[in-house]
This record gives sequence, structure tokens and C-alpha cells, in this order.
Amino acid sequence: MNGKNVFATLGGVVCVGAIIGVLAPLLQKLGNPGNMGICVACFERDIAGAVGLHRAAVVQYLRPEILGFVLGSLAAALAFREFKPRGGSAPLLRFVLGMMAMIGSLVFLGCPWRALLRLAGGDGNALFGLAGLAFGVWIGTLFFKQGYNLGRTAAQKSSAGLMLPLIMVGLLVLRLVFPPVEGEASSGVLFYSLKGPGAAHAALAISLVIGLGIGFLAQRSRFCTMGALRDLILFRQIHLFSGVVALVAVAFVFNLIFGQFNAGFEGQPVAHTQWFWNFAGMTVAGLAFALAGGCPGRQLFLAGEGDSDAALFALGMIVGAGVSHNFGLASSPGGIGAHGVAAVVVCLLVSLWIGISNCQRA
Amino acid sequence: MSNTGTTVDARGLSCPQPVLLAVQAMKGQGGGTIEVLVDNEASKENVARAAAAQGWSVAVEVAGSDFRLRLTR
Repeated sequence: MNGKNVFATLGGVVCVGAIIGVLAPLLQKLGNPGNMGICVACFERDIAGAVGLHRAAVVQYLRPEILGFVLGSLAAALAFREFKPRGGSAPLLRFVLGMMAMIGSLVFLGCPWRALLRLAGGDGNALFGLAGLAFGVWIGTLFFKQGYNLGRTAAQKSSAGLMLPLIMVGLLVLRLVFPPVEGEASSGVLFYSLKGPGAAHAALAISLVIGLGIGFLAQRSRFCTMGALRDLILFRQIHLFSGVVALVAVAFVFNLIFGQFNAGFEGQPVAHTQWFWNFAGMTVAGLAFALAGGCPGRQLFLAGEGDSDAALFALGMIVGAGVSHNFGLASSPGGIGAHGVAAVVVCLLVSLWIGISNCQRA
Repeated sequence: MSNTGTTVDARGLSCPQPVLLAVQAMKGQGGGTIEVLVDNEASKENVARAAAAQGWSVAVEVAGSDFRLRLTR
């Protein structure tokens, strides 16, 4: 299947943004948590909880959307001959950047995808998160201008490119073998939340099919919430940004239609009102995403097309979620975690150091 | 810098390096021909989009598993 990729045109990326803008509020309507129809960071955090990497009882569910993102992207990459197993571009740094990104996201309580959806649902606190995201990405562009890069990838064997998709298949098998049991906090080796956001979810088939669809479309369109800001700041280019604007606009309309729009700052679902830490958490995340070359969704889509460095970033995020909850770094609706401030400071310093130390003109 | 013959090898580099290097070369050279080598579709699309936005014409040819973009202005 060769020829022009219509999804990579301006119209294509706007369509994909709009489709996500329909599907995310729909997933919320069908059971996912408030303003969390899709949140890559939160869902990876829930997966970490489901497999016991942390034991925060309210955020444990093996989110099928994440599995779908990777496998849908793999299907698109195979169908359009874009599956290219590759890796070796500073894998450990990418893993650590994934951890930093997750820890920062969990101080805000959401990744860039959810920041956009929170805004589209009327959560004013998201404005501080998005401002922090833009600030973090802007810091990243300063490094790019100084020649920052993590080195070239090299071609790898298929097994490397297929590893994360295979892990996702393995998780799906676990989900099928150990389904949730009414009133039980675990089923076989998997943990399930009985209350809180982890207990709110759409049906398995719906989540999986929507995840697969978004994974397929996002692979084709190169949809990236961090790239949207980066390209706007770095190149004054609105291509990816248009997709993000479409997502917010359409999600806003569908939230209104579904009665899910609730403007304000207080009492927003799975959110806190500490504006500075909303800003600072997302600054860390934005910088880490920028330095790693993609938002958490884009990292999953890249992993689906064989990029094992992106796969390591995603695994770093999942491990980061475990650290975040085990060490009291993650926020809750009550405010930032016991060690949230230290987390932001340390993660910012680590990310800045990775940036500085990988500038060619340093 | 000479007016022709610049080659930018962006193979193996991840977003946004290929575009950054191509934009740098376009700014440095101002006109003529620049060849950009990339190894994936997304980079091909991104470099072509950035070049077109700056008024350069783009011709793409497949070179094995890579793409060779010839930018001219």
C-alpha cells in the first residue's frame, strides 16, 4: 500500500484530532473516569497498578486502550510497510525520561492528552497544566537549538521491534484469563480497583476497539500532542497543532452533548487546585516528552511501528508510575503527594542535565 | 557555503532533528539544491512540509529502505 498518506495532510491530522475528540468523551460516557476518556499517563499508571508495580488501591486496572494504541499502530505500520525495527539511541536515557515524564504527569494528574480533555470538560486547572507543558516544551526547544540529540538509531531485528506489541498481547491474555470479579480486589495475578478512577472503565471490547482504531489512525497521521507545541514554537508550524485544536473543540462539543461539561476549578474530577504544582508538574513532563521526541501517545505509536527506544520510554513511564505511587510522589484530588515537591525538583534537574549533557555544542 | 551539493544525512535521527538540520541547511544556503536523506516516512513528510513552507520545491526518490529528498529553490 504505497502512495500519498492522506492522514499526514493538514486535513488528515485535523480529522484524526476530531475523531479522538469524539471517542474520548464517548469512552467517558461509556464508563471511563471523569475528563479521562483517554489519558496515556493515567492508563499506564493503572496498568502498573494492575500488575502490582504499585499498590495504590484506587488506580489499578489493565487499561485495554493502551494495548490497543500499540497494536493498532503495529497493524497500520505493517499494512503500509512502515514497520521498521530500530533502536539504540540512548535507550537508558529514554527510559529515565519516561520515568521523569510520568512522575511529572502524576503531579498534575494527567498527560498532555488528559490536559486537553480536562480543558474540554471545563476544568480550569488544566490551563496551568497546559501552560506548564508549553513551558517545558519551550525549554526543550532551547536544547534543540543548541544541537541536542540522543544519537542515531540503528536497524534491529524484528524481535526487538515486536517486543512491546508482544508484551501488550501478553497483557491482553492476562486480562482475558483473569477478568475482574465483582467485589474482588484481585483476580489471579491482576489487581482491580473497587473504587476510585481505577474502578471506572468502559467494557473491555469497547476500550480495546477504540484503542486499536486510535492507534491505527495516529500512526498514519503522526498525531503528537507534544510535537504540536514543539513545532509551533520551533518552526512556527501549525500542522500538528491543528489536530490538537480539533481534538479540544470537538471534545468540548461532545462533552456538552453528553452533559459532561462542568466549568470551574473546584471539585473537578481527578484533579487538584494547586496551580503552581499543576504548572510545575507539567513543565517537567513537557521537557521530558520534548527531549524524548514525542508525547506519551506518540511514544506508543512509535513503539508499534518498531521503535524499541520509544518502547523503553513507555516502559519507563510504567515503572515511573510504580515509583510515583510507592514513594508518595503522585498527587490526589486532595493535593500534591507527601514528596511531590521533591519529585518535581529532582525530575526537573535530571531532565535538564540530560538536555545539557546531550547538546553537541555543550 | 556553496550553492549546490549540500547533503544532509538525517537517517536514524528522531523528531525534530531531520527538520532542524534541513531548515538549517536551507537557511545557510539560501538557494540551489540540497539533498536530505531520511529513513522513515514521517521524517520524509516532515522535511517535505517544512521545505515547501519555505518555498523550496521537493522531489522524493526511494533509495533502498531510505528516502532521498532533493530540495531546490
